[in-house]
Amino acid sequence: MDIRLFLKETMKKVLILGSGALKIGEAGEFDYSGSQAIKALKEEGIKTVLVNPNIATIQTSKFLADTVYFLPVTDFFVEKVIAKEKPDGILLSFGGQTALNCGIELYKKGVLQKYQVKILGTPMSAILLTEDRHKFVKHLQKIGVPVPLSQTANNVNGAIKIAKRIGFPVMIRAGFALGGQGSGVAKNVTELTEIAAHALHFSHQILVEKYLHHFKEVEYEVVRDEADNCITVCNMENMDPLGIHTGDSIVVAPSQTLTNFEYHSLRSVAIRIVRSLKIIGECNVQFALNPKSSLDYYVIEVNARLSRSSALASKATGYPLAYVAAKLALGKNLTKIKNKVTDVTQSCFEPALDYIVVKIPRWDMEKFKGADERIGSGMKSVGEVMGIGRTFEEAYQKAIRMLDLNLPGAVSNYMANNGKTLIKQLSQPTPKRIFAIAKALEKNLPIEKIYWLTGIDPWFLYRIKNIVDEEKILSKSKINKQILQRLKELGFSDKRIGELINKTELEIRSLRKKWGITPSVFQIDTLAGEFPAQTNYLYLTYNGSHHDTSAENKKGVIVLGSGPYRIGSSVEFDWTSVNTVLSLKEHNKKSIIINCNPETVSTDYDISDKLYFEELTFERIADIYEFENPAGIIISVGGQTPNNQAYALNAYGCRILGTNPADIDKAEDRNKFSRLLDQLHVSQPAWNKFATIKDAQKFCQKVGFPVLIRPSYVLSGSAMNICHNQNELLRYLKKATLVSRDYPITVSKFIEEAKEVELDAVAQKGKVAAMVISEHIENAGVHSGDATIVLPAATIIKEAQTKMGHIAAKLAQALSISGPFNIQFLAKDGEVSVIEINLRSSRTLPFISKVTGIDFIKIAVNSFFGKQSNNQITASAGSRNGGIIKQSRFVAVKVPQFSFARLTGADPILHVEMASTGEVACFGEDVQEAFLKGELAVGGKIPQKGIFISLGGEENKQAFLKSTKNLDRLKVPIFATDKTSAFLQKQGIATKLLYKIYEKKSPNILEYFQNGRVDLAINLVDPKAAQDESDHYTIRRAAIDFNIPIYTNLKKAKLFVQAITSKTIKDLSIRAWHEYV
Amino acid sequence: MIGKLVFKDGSIFEGESFGALLSRAGEVVFNTGMVGYPESLTDASYVGQILILTYPLIGNYGVPDKKYWESDSIKISGLIVSNYINTPSHFQSRQTLSSWLKKSKVPALEIKDTRFLTQKIREKGVMLGKIVINKNISFYDPNKDNLVALVSTKKIIYEPPLASPSLTWQGKTVILVDCGTKRNIIRSLLKRHIKVITVPWDFDPFENTHLGRWRSNDFDSSEVNKFDGIVISNGPGDPKMAKTTIATVKKALAKNIPTLGICLGHQLLALAAGGDTYKLKFGHRSQNQPCIQEGTNRCFITTQNHGFAVGKIPRGFKPWFTNANDGSNEGLIHEKLPFMSVQFHPESTPGPYDTEWIFDYFLKKL
Repeated sequence: MDIRLFLKETMKKVLILGSGALKIGEAGEFDYSGSQAIKALKEEGIKTVLVNPNIATIQTSKFLADTVYFLPVTDFFVEKVIAKEKPDGILLSFGGQTALNCGIELYKKGVLQKYQVKILGTPMSAILLTEDRHKFVKHLQKIGVPVPLSQTANNVNGAIKIAKRIGFPVMIRAGFALGGQGSGVAKNVTELTEIAAHALHFSHQILVEKYLHHFKEVEYEVVRDEADNCITVCNMENMDPLGIHTGDSIVVAPSQTLTNFEYHSLRSVAIRIVRSLKIIGECNVQFALNPKSSLDYYVIEVNARLSRSSALASKATGYPLAYVAAKLALGKNLTKIKNKVTDVTQSCFEPALDYIVVKIPRWDMEKFKGADERIGSGMKSVGEVMGIGRTFEEAYQKAIRMLDLNLPGAVSNYMANNGKTLIKQLSQPTPKRIFAIAKALEKNLPIEKIYWLTGIDPWFLYRIKNIVDEEKILSKSKINKQILQRLKELGFSDKRIGELINKTELEIRSLRKKWGITPSVFQIDTLAGEFPAQTNYLYLTYNGSHHDTSAENKKGVIVLGSGPYRIGSSVEFDWTSVNTVLSLKEHNKKSIIINCNPETVSTDYDISDKLYFEELTFERIADIYEFENPAGIIISVGGQTPNNQAYALNAYGCRILGTNPADIDKAEDRNKFSRLLDQLHVSQPAWNKFATIKDAQKFCQKVGFPVLIRPSYVLSGSAMNICHNQNELLRYLKKATLVSRDYPITVSKFIEEAKEVELDAVAQKGKVAAMVISEHIENAGVHSGDATIVLPAATIIKEAQTKMGHIAAKLAQALSISGPFNIQFLAKDGEVSVIEINLRSSRTLPFISKVTGIDFIKIAVNSFFGKQSNNQITASAGSRNGGIIKQSRFVAVKVPQFSFARLTGADPILHVEMASTGEVACFGEDVQEAFLKGELAVGGKIPQKGIFISLGGEENKQAFLKSTKNLDRLKVPIFATDKTSAFLQKQGIATKLLYKIYEKKSPNILEYFQNGRVDLAINLVDPKAAQDESDHYTIRRAAIDFNIPIYTNLKKAKLFVQAITSKTIKDLSIRAWHEYV
Repeated sequence: MIGKLVFKDGSIFEGESFGALLSRAGEVVFNTGMVGYPESLTDASYVGQILILTYPLIGNYGVPDKKYWESDSIKISGLIVSNYINTPSHFQSRQTLSSWLKKSKVPALEIKDTRFLTQKIREKGVMLGKIVINKNISFYDPNKDNLVALVSTKKIIYEPPLASPSLTWQGKTVILVDCGTKRNIIRSLLKRHIKVITVPWDFDPFENTHLGRWRSNDFDSSEVNKFDGIVISNGPGDPKMAKTTIATVKKALAKNIPTLGICLGHQLLALAAGGDTYKLKFGHRSQNQPCIQEGTNRCFITTQNHGFAVGKIPRGFKPWFTNANDGSNEGLIHEKLPFMSVQFHPESTPGPYDTEWIFDYFLKKL
């Protein structure tokens, strides 16, 4: 039977695997790909079942997947879902490596065969081949595609033999060496002998690999169908040379420095590989290309699935890759799928761009204590942005501003603050290197030298030099129309131009408008204007003199998206943005999204009526506002980034929908807000601002330690900290911060052992319309983004909840709130105090909306337009109707995902600065069940081999004693360090003593971690210890490096022990979302 | 220096000059390819045309040695780009695009809104225009001239096959009728171990002529009548202008000689066999034209550069390829005899190599 007909007949229900929590290396791009896949299947009338515990995603929304399971994407749980749902087919390539790995396990265990679930798209044989490095290299060699070879050697002679086989130059790496110690490049046998001998001092094994110094890195996104039609949708070139992970590289599309011969020769190789693998759907092929000789290339990676690069390619070209890949998986042909962007042409074509895009990663390494700032072959960035322009300079400078780091453009004072010379900063890749390049160009360092140091192709360096030169010219000449026009074509912001000639941003803006210099609105149409397109995908450019589209006027409403994903702001704000857009339809408004993050669903071509892939800066928002002349602008659903623009936009005359920006200011200005709380007789922890250390000390003596410190200027390390005594305070202030009148520090009393509670609500004209209270498992002191959050808040007594409700009502009224808001409370001994309020949707909004079934965003959008929602809703999990808190039928727990393993050196301890990169949420009959599912979904394990316990301080030992006794019943060996071991032995708990890592004695912690004899580590730190001993840090870091789940927070560790001692994995129920809510 | 692009409809666009400081008139067309400007600029099919490149950054990798070009000189009348890059970076670059244009006496302007120009041509069709720098000149319609005569070789050129590992067609000879051929058609044949005799557009290989004015030094005239197949190349302008070539193709068909037409050659084959051609509104000039092979599910991404197309399919022939976007004819194949032609460029340069197999398919018929 024809395969297409066959699939159409047989595919009634398809299972899709998501990628779980956002983590470094696997982030929002898979919400985009999964969402498009679900849409593509639904169009064909196929029922979709989705397994993805990431509750903040858009794909886990009612309007997308028919059935959603908030369960871990592991073979155990997915098998149970398959047994229950009996799907006809499964999609494995839309949920990143997580989904692919799970699919491979299911296949290997015979689950898919047993339940007759057909793998749709790329066949398992191809997936297995690409996942097996050795076999894959052989396969590529067989089809004549070169791959860089490598092999391990145990001695110098062995290394020489390998080097001769793979060809010089070679790179020598010492196995298991810290920080690349002992590695080096050898161009001949003499050099190799020297380096190899040296490296073998550090390590008994060395890796010899082909060295591709300063090769270009180029990738292709390839699509293939059942009929063997094969196209490349996009090619991309990394600005950074080979050696920096593509996720951490600045990437341009299309390639800029490749000739026709190189571009199309590599394209042909990519297609040859994809055909040889019989891929159905999407595949990414990465090449290394020698910049100095003719088509000397190697294939360095192939991903037989949707990837971060494919999401980027999709946004860069406007070609809906994931949507098309899903259609192809169903057996459709490329020739039968219409180009959704133009609506007149075919999907079987290769987009032609008439613009350039520049992707820049967003890192947040400052947030991590101890993290190594250098970037290299392991990805460390947490998000990305994409600038679109018609000159490289325009796209590049836009992208830098999109990072939301308050950087004006290519020339920014954002240099590594480590006293390193400029040369060092150039030769060592870090997130800040591009600014060192601008600095070097400013100092007239020759391009050739910078190229030699960085490996960045001179083409890019010349473009950056062009920007630097323009700045120099400007500072020496008087501005005129022609100069201003040219600066705007090169992507300079009004603010930057103002800085250079001592004028304000608004002065430049009015000058610009006087001279008629305003940006053009251009479409991304996939065909470079060759055919008329219906597309609503837009960007602004100064390299144009017409508009492709016209204004929506008062029918339009602008929604500001969240910008790049980063620690503290990610997919949850994309969810709120997308839902706002959907709700606007009910008000008969045309939605206009502004966002700049290629990993998002909000930037998909079919979400909003208009999409501006643009900066979330005042200048750009105001430009779009003036062009569209909309009914208003929504700033409260995209997290803090858009919220920050409220004041300036309002002052400029833009109509802000929702709470008045003056009231937002009252909530955000700590002094004003504190005064307001006093007026309302709402309690708050004592606090104040200080310009000298002395005054701060006095305050601390008065209120008593511990205190929470927030500096306004951070030199290094984390911004916020808790200090337990005088010494800590002084040490911290001296080391990490600058204190002066310009940079005062905020010191507040830190209340110990207090519960932290979240109240999320929507108000309309000062009256609360809906409200939900959830609580943290961890005591206050752990950032709310890192906290484990439970709904309903069962341990918060009713009186306290009522008090919180009253406070919310008072604040809503006092601040005339219209729209979403979130209050964080401290609760202790029945007393309630306010930590802070945010007059915008919070991180927890998708969680509480999906758990309660109440559409908070819809209520918020209603409030913007003055439309009454139902009577006041106070909800807790399990209650469907508004008004009354019902007895819960279930509990939901939101669990953070950490990515410490990716961040060399970072300390995995939880503190007041947020460190998690994502989250999941699971449901259960009780908190233990929901929490255990959640922990298993973020990489937790039920211990079977060994439990390592290290309890710092007497308090922790006592507090964890009961838990340890419970653990003892699991009959899993318990290991402990000296004091903990002695304590537990005394309590009658048998433990095996392990020596600390630095003691270098056996049995040693490191040895047990390394040999896989431990699969649960608990390390509780004494908060009152003068300083966390470095050995504790070493233990924690070793646990991370050997992939051992580690718990460092007392209450979270206790809950985990409760969960694993009261349940087994078989007790965890397999119920879909709709079976709970 | 600021120059102007003036359209026949009176509209004027200003831009900074980066080419030769002189005025040139012609037909204004656009191409949406993102790479391959040295190849495009030297493609003789562009004779008489002012070319707008829609990809905004041009000049990035400079200009390579002549051996990589598609003919021995720049063939376009003028060039319009959005953002000229004067700092090329490539190990094969020998000069900047600007210096090449200046030396070749071809004007070029940097006009920011090339997208607007593209949309204008898309909506109103290709238009006459002129680049005016300093001195004004009158408009010029290249379609009224026999451009093929202008660009075709003046001498017969014999080229020996390349020593190549695949010797499938060793010893075969192909006559290439040069209507403005791209060099890569010749390269594509040579690397398949074919002897190529490139002949002028109005040379009749079936006449037992003495070579007279066609003679070139290294050529043995006795070989000119010994060939196994004919390739009719691409070229500029209205196919109906190349009457002599059409007559030659008619003879080839009558004598049952395997014949392959490429681009203009495709149109000439259609005309010779009794079909007809027409002028497209704004032509196909890009590297991403999807062409479906008739009777299959296969779609090929092709390079194209043409303003005319085949309308009426000649008797005995059937459509071979069809454009997936607009349904226009993209190839002809005879129902029984070894005659075939494609509107796209199997030799690519610039563009994807996906239809290079057309050469193999044709050579099998020899």
